[in-house]
Amino acid sequence: MDEQHHEHHHEHHHEPGFWRKYVFSVDHKVIGIQYSLTSLLFLFFGFSLMMMMRWQLAYPGQPLPWIGRLFGEANMPEGVMVPEFYNQLGAMHGTIMVFLGVVPLAVGGFGNYVLPLQIGAPDMAFPRINMASYWFLFVGGVVMLASFFLPGGAAQSGWTSYSPLANIAPVGQTAWLIGMIFLITSSLLGSINFIVTTVQLRVKGLSFFKLPFFVWAQFVTSFLLLLAFPPLEAAGVLQLMDRVAGTSFFLPSGLVVTGQPLEVSGGGNPLLWQHLFWFLAHPEVYVLILPALGIVAEVIANNTRKPLWGYRTMVYSLIFLGFMSFVVWAHHMFMTGMGTAMSTFFQATTMIISVPSVIILTALAISLWGASIRFTVPMHFALAFIPMFAIGGLTGLPLGLTASDLHLHDTYYVIGHFHYVVAPGTIFALFAGIYYWFPKVTGRMMNEKLGKLHFWLSLIFMNGVFMPMLFIGMAGVSRRLYDQTGYAHGAAVQDLTVLGSWSAWLLAVAQIPFIVNFLMSMRKREKVRSDNPWEATTLEWATPTPPPHGNFLTAPQVYRGPYEYSVPGRTADFWPQHLPEEAESPQPRPATT
Amino acid sequence: MNTASAEEVRKHVRVYLMVFAALAVLTAVTVMVSYFHLPVHTAVIVALIIASVKGSLVAGYFMHLISEEKIIYWVLGLTGAFFIVLMLLPTFTSG
Amino acid sequence: MSAEVEIPYAVKPHPVTGLFNGKFGIWLFLASEVMLFGALFSTYVLLRVGAEVWPHGYSLLNVPLATLNTFVLILSSVTMVMAWASLKMDDFRKFRLNLGATVLLAFVFLIVKAFEYGAKFEHHIHPATNTFYAIYFTLTGLHGLHVIGGILVNLYLLLPGSAMWRTEPERFTNRIECAGLYWHFVDLVWIFLFPVLYLL
Repeated sequence: MDEQHHEHHHEHHHEPGFWRKYVFSVDHKVIGIQYSLTSLLFLFFGFSLMMMMRWQLAYPGQPLPWIGRLFGEANMPEGVMVPEFYNQLGAMHGTIMVFLGVVPLAVGGFGNYVLPLQIGAPDMAFPRINMASYWFLFVGGVVMLASFFLPGGAAQSGWTSYSPLANIAPVGQTAWLIGMIFLITSSLLGSINFIVTTVQLRVKGLSFFKLPFFVWAQFVTSFLLLLAFPPLEAAGVLQLMDRVAGTSFFLPSGLVVTGQPLEVSGGGNPLLWQHLFWFLAHPEVYVLILPALGIVAEVIANNTRKPLWGYRTMVYSLIFLGFMSFVVWAHHMFMTGMGTAMSTFFQATTMIISVPSVIILTALAISLWGASIRFTVPMHFALAFIPMFAIGGLTGLPLGLTASDLHLHDTYYVIGHFHYVVAPGTIFALFAGIYYWFPKVTGRMMNEKLGKLHFWLSLIFMNGVFMPMLFIGMAGVSRRLYDQTGYAHGAAVQDLTVLGSWSAWLLAVAQIPFIVNFLMSMRKREKVRSDNPWEATTLEWATPTPPPHGNFLTAPQVYRGPYEYSVPGRTADFWPQHLPEEAESPQPRPATT
Repeated sequence: MNTASAEEVRKHVRVYLMVFAALAVLTAVTVMVSYFHLPVHTAVIVALIIASVKGSLVAGYFMHLISEEKIIYWVLGLTGAFFIVLMLLPTFTSG
Repeated sequence: MSAEVEIPYAVKPHPVTGLFNGKFGIWLFLASEVMLFGALFSTYVLLRVGAEVWPHGYSLLNVPLATLNTFVLILSSVTMVMAWASLKMDDFRKFRLNLGATVLLAFVFLIVKAFEYGAKFEHHIHPATNTFYAIYFTLTGLHGLHVIGGILVNLYLLLPGSAMWRTEPERFTNRIECAGLYWHFVDLVWIFLFPVLYLL
């Protein structure tokens, strides 16, 4: 009690103003919340873009009821979407979901908030750089959103921005490139912070192999971000030069656009863009999944009341996966005529990289064996993650094999594959994380009934959206098509497309219980009675709720591994990392706010 | 390089000046060699070798890599591996 | 500032890694820069190998001027490391002279570069002229931006930032070491840029 009184008294002396405390804070927890809220908004925005696309896909050429006319004559004359606008929605959906939604939430949000806590640190190694990284993201996001209002609209050459199409696209593409430079800078600053923090600021006793898997996942992810993003930054600079300074880095000689030869020097190579882009974008997909694996591992360990099965193997697999992710990228380019030697090389590395992912997923599944499973809301999402990610991973195999990729490349099968990994995969893991860590951040539990409703509806409708895509793709329907019914093979599966669209709209409705739950729970009068309501073992639960500046009242010391649940001979079924050997088993104690 | 003492640093100053001299000489050499207009492949190899020596001197002595901590070697080793992959990238496009 | 949280190993080195946080951070940043410039060098190789005809750098660019610039930058690297060494030897005056010289030499580099660029523009040669000039201007331009960045950091540390020497000398010395690592890297990139673009 005395410590708290002193703590409050101390803070009263140096109480920062509103702006320093909530807007320009250097506290990793505030920054983590900023990242989380910003990225959640972008996720919903990116999802909304897709919901509009789904109308065009299901009912091509039909005016969108009620809201269609709000988008102006250029985009939706008489409420009917024009192809250029469809392409903008598509390119920006991908860009926003990946770079402004999932990664900022998974890494910027969860990583920033939880990582220092889980290693017993008072904050990140570089708090001001941490703040800067958020604001770079913010500016990048504003640039991306603003691009919709430029003449010609936003970027519309896919999130992949292939040259030469992206070279000749309207000015929104230039804005995209500028936005990306801000986002990449944000990422770079963040990754440096995470690596230094994890290595340097672990508390006494917390050796690398006592770290929670979540921390390992963020650590490896940070190396991916650090080393893979710069080539895309370089490529972005080159494409900017092409667009703004008239260079021909990606423009071959003799290119003819709408009947006119392009007046450039030529001598460039469109494949150069693809190589530089995918050099980042492949590790990027592991950036999308690794933090999710980290969250799922935490939730599973906690709700099975057992240590994770194969923790060490999982860690080694994670490291191997991170390394391999740098040498598989050209499996996105099998159809570019690289030659059989190169294709075979990348096919081989791609097959190899599936091994560590399978090992990690299998270890998570085996961790359930013999467990006393607590079916909490986070656990619902974590459990569903396993088969959903498995589908995502398995559907990747025919894409990694050149023979089958021949048929499936650039079809809806690809879209189905990667959405399975990211939507009922990563996003489910992120939901699990929100429900799991909400009580530490706010001191309140989210409503369980609404959580389960959110879960079941999301699970059903996500499958409703993405499962049909696998079949639509196998039927040969290309991705990024404005109207598949123009083709006989497309018209033949239009019913599945309509099913997908309705599932998408219902999926949106299914998020309402989540949003309501999230907002209402924050304001609940009833607070959790414990700093550790889930009875977890990792260090973030050893802080007051919510954690103050500096996180720990006194620096903890670690005595054991991260998942000492159900240790024989102990009365409680969990043994927190920071309790000395002699200490009594923890009793539920009142929250200290 | 751990926190070096003042005396150690004094000794290093001599090294810095010697490295500067070496760099100056090597710069002159690389420019002179270019006047021979060697066949392209040879010219590239010679230029890269000289540049690598110069770069190693800067990295090793000015950046103190020669007595740096292991963890930095690991980070640079990892970076070097991926740098090599990146440099091999042009070979993936031909054929 | 709110109750400023004290970060361990911000100044004193970590007992296991032997590094203070900033040094580790700057090396990681340099690792990312290796990948950035690496991508551009890779681009150079790809474009050159794929070109039917590629000019020799020495036939199009001003080698004597660039050689001078190379000496200037190398010298600035020496003065930079001497600036740090001076602080280690508790000689603030020498530090200021050396860091000041570093900044001055960096300006000389930029002026020479501006002269080079100007001469090209006068002859209506731009990045758009052909892929050789495209990669020449992009590589040297990005390098030049890094030089500007270094000048800004060094000017800050030379002028307002140097006040820290009186209150926290060890922390200030660490900052100079980090700035030095960045500056040496800028020099290192040029050491490869110069022969590749100008001499081959």
